[in-house]
Amino acid sequence: MKVTAELDRRFRDAAAAAGDLDVGYDMVDTPIGGLFVAATPAGLCRISYDPEPERIVENLARTVGVRVLRSPRAVDETRRQLDEYFEHRRTDFDLDIDLRVAAVFSRRVLEELVRVPYGKVTTYGELARRAEHPRAARAVGTVMNRNPIPIVLPCHRVVGSSGSLTGYGGGLDRKEALLRLEGAIL
Amino acid sequence: MMEAVATIPPFESFYVEHRDAVFGFLARRLGRTAAEDAFQETFLRALRAYARLEHGRHLRAWIFTIAARVAIDTAQRKRRDDVALEEEPASEDSRPAYLELEHLAEELPPAERAAVVLRYGYDLPYAEIGAALGSSADAARQAASSGIRRLRRTEGLA
Repeated sequence: MKVTAELDRRFRDAAAAAGDLDVGYDMVDTPIGGLFVAATPAGLCRISYDPEPERIVENLARTVGVRVLRSPRAVDETRRQLDEYFEHRRTDFDLDIDLRVAAVFSRRVLEELVRVPYGKVTTYGELARRAEHPRAARAVGTVMNRNPIPIVLPCHRVVGSSGSLTGYGGGLDRKEALLRLEGAIL
Repeated sequence: MMEAVATIPPFESFYVEHRDAVFGFLARRLGRTAAEDAFQETFLRALRAYARLEHGRHLRAWIFTIAARVAIDTAQRKRRDDVALEEEPASEDSRPAYLELEHLAEELPPAERAAVVLRYGYDLPYAEIGAALGSSADAARQAASSGIRRLRRTEGLA
């Protein structure tokens, strides 16, 4: 006998409310495409442009914990802030972030990345300097490419030293769209 | 010899795979309306215990023993509520059969354990146990009887 959509939704809400999930996730619609968004009880842990999230779910189950469940309620606050961001009503995200699965160097770089303000850009070399690894521009590029929480950790604001957009995990189109949304490019 | 360890799937896959069968089972036992609350209770209990699983084998048997337990609890609660309106029930002087059995059957292989507990603890017919465990009525009967034989050997039961 098929479980009704309403009963299914009720269980997924209750699971998030009970605080028993290692990770709750959902898909969030945005003007630059659907996003996979996941959070632990400690905070937002993953955003991905990947439209087939099975691999990410498996990966989260291995690295964070097996109790991974799709639960809209678990990412309600992130969804609300993303909506506001894409409607030009928000320039800073006010969300708890859970970077426990990131390596120490990545975490260092990502923590510096959060400080790059809305509508501004910086370079890989500059970010490496701020993370106190001035010669690690290339490694910083790798960290950006593997950014677990794009948009909220704004790797789209990092460009090449010549000002070229260089690259983006979600594709250059999206990087350009985000910088245009923020008025960083015309 | 090395045994391949069945990895525990993400709860999402586990839930999606078994939710319809579990709901069907509960609806047959309790009726559709009561089954909705029991469904939520079953998977919330499973979720709490899921992180302590050691492997991903026999997950179907596992979720059905939880569902059977919830169904019993639900039916008992309802009976208590009905009785409370009339008179005090006679006091029970022993643990219910399924609690004794769940304890006794702990050491059995999972499929046998589930068959024994569902048959003798929860009084389910073999056809339903077979459906619950994803096998047949015959396979359920065999699992239950070999579980009982094993229990007699290890527990010295007559």
